[in-house]
Amino acid sequence: MTESQAAAGQPQHDGDASSAAAGAAPSRRAVLGWGGAGLALGAAAAGGAAAAFGGGTDMVSASAAGAAVPFHGEHQAGIASAVQDRLHFAAFDVKTKDRAELVALLKEWTAAARLMTAGLPVGDVYEGRPEAPPTDTGEALGLKPSRLTLTVGFGPGLFAKDRFGLEGRRPEALVDLELFPGDNLDPARSGGDLCVQACADDPQVAVHAIRQLARIGFGRVAVRWSQLGFGKTSSTTPDEQTPRNMMGFKDGTRNVSGTDQAALDRHVWVGAGDGSDWLTGGSYLVARRIRMNIETWDRTPLQEQEDIFGRDKGEGAPVGKSRERDEPFLKAMKPDSHVRLAHPDSNNGATILRRGYSFTDGTDGLGRLDAGLFFLAYQRDVRTGFVPIQRNLAKSDVLNEYIQHVGSAVFAVPPGVRDKDDWWGRALFA
Amino acid sequence: MRPARLTVAAASVAAALTVATGCSQKSTGGDDAIRVAASDSACEVSKTEFPAGKVQIDVENKGSKVTEVYVLFPDARIVTERENIGPGTKASITAEIKAGDYEIVCKPGMKGDGIAQKVKATGAQGAAEEKRSPEADAAVTAYRAYVVAQAEETLPKAQAFVDAVKAGDVEAAKKAYAPSRIGWERTEPVAESFGDIDPKVDVREDGLEAGQDPAKDWTGWHRLEKSLWAENKIDDNDKKLADTLIADLNEWRKKVGEAEITPTSIANGAKELLDEVATGKVTGEEERYSHTDLVDFKANVEGAQKAYELLKPIAEKNDPELSKQLDTQFAALNTLLDKYRADQTSYEFTSYDKVGEAERKELSDGVNALAEPLSKLAAAVAK
Repeated sequence: MTESQAAAGQPQHDGDASSAAAGAAPSRRAVLGWGGAGLALGAAAAGGAAAAFGGGTDMVSASAAGAAVPFHGEHQAGIASAVQDRLHFAAFDVKTKDRAELVALLKEWTAAARLMTAGLPVGDVYEGRPEAPPTDTGEALGLKPSRLTLTVGFGPGLFAKDRFGLEGRRPEALVDLELFPGDNLDPARSGGDLCVQACADDPQVAVHAIRQLARIGFGRVAVRWSQLGFGKTSSTTPDEQTPRNMMGFKDGTRNVSGTDQAALDRHVWVGAGDGSDWLTGGSYLVARRIRMNIETWDRTPLQEQEDIFGRDKGEGAPVGKSRERDEPFLKAMKPDSHVRLAHPDSNNGATILRRGYSFTDGTDGLGRLDAGLFFLAYQRDVRTGFVPIQRNLAKSDVLNEYIQHVGSAVFAVPPGVRDKDDWWGRALFA
Repeated sequence: MRPARLTVAAASVAAALTVATGCSQKSTGGDDAIRVAASDSACEVSKTEFPAGKVQIDVENKGSKVTEVYVLFPDARIVTERENIGPGTKASITAEIKAGDYEIVCKPGMKGDGIAQKVKATGAQGAAEEKRSPEADAAVTAYRAYVVAQAEETLPKAQAFVDAVKAGDVEAAKKAYAPSRIGWERTEPVAESFGDIDPKVDVREDGLEAGQDPAKDWTGWHRLEKSLWAENKIDDNDKKLADTLIADLNEWRKKVGEAEITPTSIANGAKELLDEVATGKVTGEEERYSHTDLVDFKANVEGAQKAYELLKPIAEKNDPELSKQLDTQFAALNTLLDKYRADQTSYEFTSYDKVGEAERKELSDGVNALAEPLSKLAAAVAK
């Protein structure tokens, strides 16, 4: 922070942030007293979001990249919300054995998430006691809310016997994933008792959010693994172009739209009669770290690349069609092509909502780009969502020659935080 | 220890005075400030005498090189410092300075001895100390006794190590190595506050400054550690280094009684010890040849725990929740460490190269769990 910024004013972090989150969400900039543009943008976007919420989503115009996404709602933000540009995903091990401590942590996390998604720091940044480290680490100060969403999930370990008394509350649909053919899973990049998905248009905002939650959690939880992502590889807003993955292809054109309430209810949100009442309005998340063999892919002839996907590289049109969104004719594609095998029609209608991101973690020890797709899929039931699709792909997908699944985790994602008195997981621990 | 640049920061933390750097909002007022005009060849000070107490120093770097500014005690210990002041930029430093003689030093290019100006803080002695509570005084007195006792208990153990090296007995020297370091590791932030002793006795090869030659300038425990474990032999130079080590440690014992100690510096010293564990021991960098990292680890935790326990009467009153948390986390980390020794009264720990990745992760999680609340202890005792 520059001196002029420091002199501009004190952050008003100690007020009731929930009112800020629910109404005209100020940008961090506005909060700092820079006034004007940031605040107006936040207000306009929040108004649009509020209107859209009546339709059951918290969609905001993707162009309002600095705006705040409402934190409170029937469903957690970060699932059907318009996909942001950046990701910081973290899985945590719960270290405490005390149920009350775990509950306290979830309440503190919720309060912190409420502030951060509104673009506010969590506690003091530079106006606290000089002897104490600042409560908020400060790297997001002066940045806009950047459509930050924080989405929490509960892993199977949380429901283990003799742990937190939750063994009877594990949903049947939260299955331990089978080992699929070709999987080469690293335990150090898999699993976790809790997860937090932070999505934002500014990577610094997403990184700050996870860092802050990890810090609040030290002693009660420990980060097990985390993943940074960039360049969303799927879109929940069909009016936009489908972004490209690291192989240069558009994939996931037929993703569930964040505004298609009927499709969301059918395929993404857990319904009232689905089994676990505490999860009604929630979802299930499957996270997979999929490494791509970038160098060999880049040596593959164009025709073969297009055959593998079943779409052309330029427009992304399905085989035999001219536009990306033309209805694919599956039988025109090779039987082992990726799009054909992943399509609901090849999987008895199985449909998932994808929110994947590209990742690049530098290079591996062999000089190869350590890159690929961090696949995030939300669904109403893992057994009828990800599992049949992945079985089909693992068995036959010709793309398998160029990819390998190296990390895996599954989580039950509770419903949204309703209001300022609510917290992540309240129904589970009730 | 960590590389020299970090040691400088550590020294200022352990120094006597409550140091606050940062924004002008918290300053005592611009008119009283000492203005320092730094350039590539000068360090002009607006006044050479000022009243003791909370002092603000406004630095303006008018030169072309990045500079740093120090306030030093007459024996060159650091009162406070500010690094990385870029050309054309300003920075403010505030510090609680007692009456006495000091030097303000600018270091253009952040290299060399810098340009020094003698200054004097006038007025009543030790205003900050006078306000201390009886509990705080008791903690300071007891901690001073602790650091002196640690130095005195360490000397015979260091002598045994040095004797073995000088006798050319590699096995005996290896055995005596880790125990000779325990007292030092328990009180390292205090030792670091003397500036020059730490780099002499505890520097690692990668901590040498630019221009220093490992063959000539690398002294202390870790040079001997390399000879004993990596080279498995003792030569004449090592025997000379052993003499130097014991001479430097004697110097430490002499100085340690005069260390500047406050409740805040004790608390920050405890946090520093956990920082040492987090950056050097958990990674296995500190004892890369002997793999005795867990001995240092335990000693760092013991030193931090001692500091905390002396401050606990104050912490319990000001922040009972914090002190409860610290009790729990110290106990948890000690239990975790006990997994790596068969006899709970001995300092024979598992060699760190035998500690797997998952176990190191568990140790690291334990350090985070303790160090995060411990970072709040200084504020709790300063309330």
